[in-house]
Amino acid sequence: MLAKRIIPCLDIKNGRTVKGVNFINLIDAGDPVVLAKQYAEKGADELVFLDISATLEGRKTTLEMVLKVAEQVNIPFTVGGGISSVEDVDLLLKSGADKVSINSSAIKRPELINELSDKFGSQCVVVAIDAKQIDGQWKVHLAGGSIPTELDLFEWAKEVETRGAGEILFTSMDHDGTKDGFANEALLQLSTTLNIPIIASGGAGTIQHFVDTFQKGKSDAALAASVFHFGKIEIKDLKEALKKNNIEVRI
Amino acid sequence: MNIVIIDYGAGNTKSVQFACNRLGYDPILTNSSELIKAADKVIFPGVGHASNAMKMLQESGLDVLIPTLKQPVLGICLGMQLLCNATEEGATKGLGVFDVQVIRFSDKVKVPQMGWNTISNLKTNLFMGLKNNAYMYLVHSYYAELCDNTIAQTNYGVTYSSALKKNNFYGVQFHPEKSSLEGEDVLRNFLNL
Repeated sequence: MLAKRIIPCLDIKNGRTVKGVNFINLIDAGDPVVLAKQYAEKGADELVFLDISATLEGRKTTLEMVLKVAEQVNIPFTVGGGISSVEDVDLLLKSGADKVSINSSAIKRPELINELSDKFGSQCVVVAIDAKQIDGQWKVHLAGGSIPTELDLFEWAKEVETRGAGEILFTSMDHDGTKDGFANEALLQLSTTLNIPIIASGGAGTIQHFVDTFQKGKSDAALAASVFHFGKIEIKDLKEALKKNNIEVRI
Repeated sequence: MNIVIIDYGAGNTKSVQFACNRLGYDPILTNSSELIKAADKVIFPGVGHASNAMKMLQESGLDVLIPTLKQPVLGICLGMQLLCNATEEGATKGLGVFDVQVIRFSDKVKVPQMGWNTISNLKTNLFMGLKNNAYMYLVHSYYAELCDNTIAQTNYGVTYSSALKKNNFYGVQFHPEKSSLEGEDVLRNFLNL
């Protein structure tokens, strides 16, 4: 049976790992290559690197980091952040990334999803969606969650699937950084109306939150950062608890 | 040992190369027929769309060369699928090494299958030392049906071939280069054949 995936996410700025709480107040949490290797050994199923470097220099550093991770790490990883063209993706995949994640660039120019899926295959195209509830409606947000758009989460997610995304990484900004649990109602709706895998992101604080997102949210994978980076949850303990709850995991 | 990874523009060649490096081998990436013919072991990776990949093989004449190879050959993911008779993806004719069709998963399951699934009913030395139901990393929308060449199977809505073997040709649907220690075991077993 296909296992549910546990995905530590490493936010990268100028070659270092950082994690924002509600996307502000960045705290340094280590060297990404060392962390990645440790996570692979500890049983992470996959890794996501989100490059939040704003400068060209910073992005070059990320490419070097991608190469080093590919050399040393024996599980798949996704790279996201600032990707806006077929050329950007080509460079990342050639450096050894398994998948790329696009977000704002897909909202600004949705055809990018088609172009990437046609050229590289949908299996390597993850579309990240940041959304927040405004007057009871889930609205997609741009630029790391700071700019609201008119796009409805579920309509946009459907369009993303139709255009050839292989996977959706959904971050609830209402939950991100709160450690109060994932947005399981929205996740359930995404998971049951779409036919591609959904990664839950935003809100992980306890092991029970992971159990809930797989059982109630029907998520295919769950992503978290600080609970793993600061050792609040060990992946081994997490997976054993999931298994006890009859959730298929790779142990 | 002289290991060649076929580099024809449709593969995650870098990841496969790095995985071989981690095992202490130093493979060559090439699309040269001469180098491929002279290799002790040939790895044939592939990701992306079947018809694009087949077109690139045809452009370099590798579609004719590959089925005639005599040394151990390992097709990975799309590489394995291209070694089959035909695939529904873009109605592409394959290289015809494995006598089986590649078809799309039904919409009853999420497509692509993405993540870690188990392989069972393991046969041949490719899986020496591996436990039945070992987890491997898979990403694919099309699958090879069960057949006489099946040496490992996986279930995802349907039970299908996650590995194939015929004569000197091996194929794995999963990514040994991305499947943690168990994947490295499979790759090492192949290189030790």
